[in-house]
Amino acid sequence: MAIFLRQTLAIAEAEVRKLRHDPTELLTRAIQPLLWLVVFGRVFGQLREVPTGELSYLDFMAPGILAQSVLFIAIFYGISVIWERDLGILHKFLVSPVSRVALVSGKALSAGVRALSQAVIIYAVAALMKIHLRLEAGAVLGVLVSIALGAALFSTFSLAVACLVKTRERFMGIGQVLTMPLFFASNAIYPLAMMPAWLRGLSAANPLTYEVDALRELMIEGGRSLFGLPVDFAVETIALVALIGLGARLYPKIIV
Amino acid sequence: MSDSGPSAAPLVAGATSASPAVETARLTRRFGSLTAVDDLGVLIPAGAIFGLLGPNGAGKSTTLKMLTTLLKPSSGSAHVCGFDVTRQSMEVRRRIGYVPQLLSADGSLTGYENLLIFAKLYGIARGERARRIQEALDFMGLADAAPTLVRRYSGGMIRRLEVAQSMLHRPAVLFLDEPTVGLDPVARQAVWTHLRELRRQFGTTILMTTHDMEEADLLCETVAIMHRGRVVALGSPAELKAALAAGATLDDVFVHYAGTAFEAGGRYRDVAQERRTAQRLG
Repeated sequence: MAIFLRQTLAIAEAEVRKLRHDPTELLTRAIQPLLWLVVFGRVFGQLREVPTGELSYLDFMAPGILAQSVLFIAIFYGISVIWERDLGILHKFLVSPVSRVALVSGKALSAGVRALSQAVIIYAVAALMKIHLRLEAGAVLGVLVSIALGAALFSTFSLAVACLVKTRERFMGIGQVLTMPLFFASNAIYPLAMMPAWLRGLSAANPLTYEVDALRELMIEGGRSLFGLPVDFAVETIALVALIGLGARLYPKIIV
Repeated sequence: MSDSGPSAAPLVAGATSASPAVETARLTRRFGSLTAVDDLGVLIPAGAIFGLLGPNGAGKSTTLKMLTTLLKPSSGSAHVCGFDVTRQSMEVRRRIGYVPQLLSADGSLTGYENLLIFAKLYGIARGERARRIQEALDFMGLADAAPTLVRRYSGGMIRRLEVAQSMLHRPAVLFLDEPTVGLDPVARQAVWTHLRELRRQFGTTILMTTHDMEEADLLCETVAIMHRGRVVALGSPAELKAALAAGATLDDVFVHYAGTAFEAGGRYRDVAQERRTAQRLG
């Protein structure tokens, strides 16, 4: 266990050090969620047609946009794995006596770290837009854990897909195909109650729904989780563990 | 240096210091209908510098991938330091270093960081880590370049860093896939010098693939020429040359055994990878 932890941390450390050398990526990643909040959120908020309960539409969608921005980064994570394979970096990791589970967990952890930077930016903008944020330490910590889990699980999903499709061109195509359905088949920008039954069914099977559900209570003043926080965190954790198991099985196949 | 044919006696599990560095018996790998490595039997004694020669597509890289546990054999067996590459892959991984043909140092990290991450992955104790890293940097002549991002390194420096990285945990066997492809003559010489020094200081067994005959002639004590997945010639460069004709070069030997392969061998992806590596390093 200590060995597993040390190896996982070493893999994640490499990624964090890369970000420190070149943090521009984090800034460019912030542009899209800002547009969603400032443009889409403002305009849709005027409609007052979306039944968001006690919350204003902006308050309702802010957690959804945070989860979405984390999803969009994580879902393309696999491309870096293909890139590392093409370079040869990956071969060296796979020849080392590091368990595949630790290699994949390290990648997942670094995706989680990346997600935290999104939270910083979105909280700042949300505060400027007078969105009613909860700022107690416990609530903020809960938000960070939930999005780190979300980033970790979707990046591992992405890694598994990358191991199957193997080339950058095919992966880009599939990444595009996956993001929007994952986003729309969730409660990120409209409530489950508005959905037709088939879409609600899909959303219930989508871990993003549980991530957003937890964020709604933990991030927004007066927000309520529909499923309850224990269910939300349990679903995220189970999905992550299952995906890491899958990813670790598929990981060595990427070099064949 | 003896020729051990496909009938080499299988090793008993559990390594002893007397185990050969590498021993394969009837090692075979198929990709669909293509047999990339066909019934391979080689024995490499500890401490040797062994060259695996052959044109593109001869099966060298596939052999290396099986020996380094990246690829499972379709049939037959391979032992490294006495451990079975399939059933005892973790034991094998602990004892080997690998420098892939592709560029494997991470360009977005510094030279020091590249070494640091691997020292941590291999579980080199904290107290020992700094000393090992410094030693590897000094040994490979990279001490001054340690805090620089690797993407600013020259091709020769990157290769040296990769060798340093693969040596941190003091592997018994070092595998190198085309170690000097794309390097200029000065950088090539430097890599050769360092490999020889590595063997002298640590007794490391070195197994390298190459299709550079000069490299094979100067560096390797034993070479095996592969053609269409099989070893077609095995011996010291001097023996092979003498056996062919008086005054023959290793190039002549290579063409004699593998000459027809140039039209047949080399998958598009292999060729593309090699050109890309050469371009990056050059």
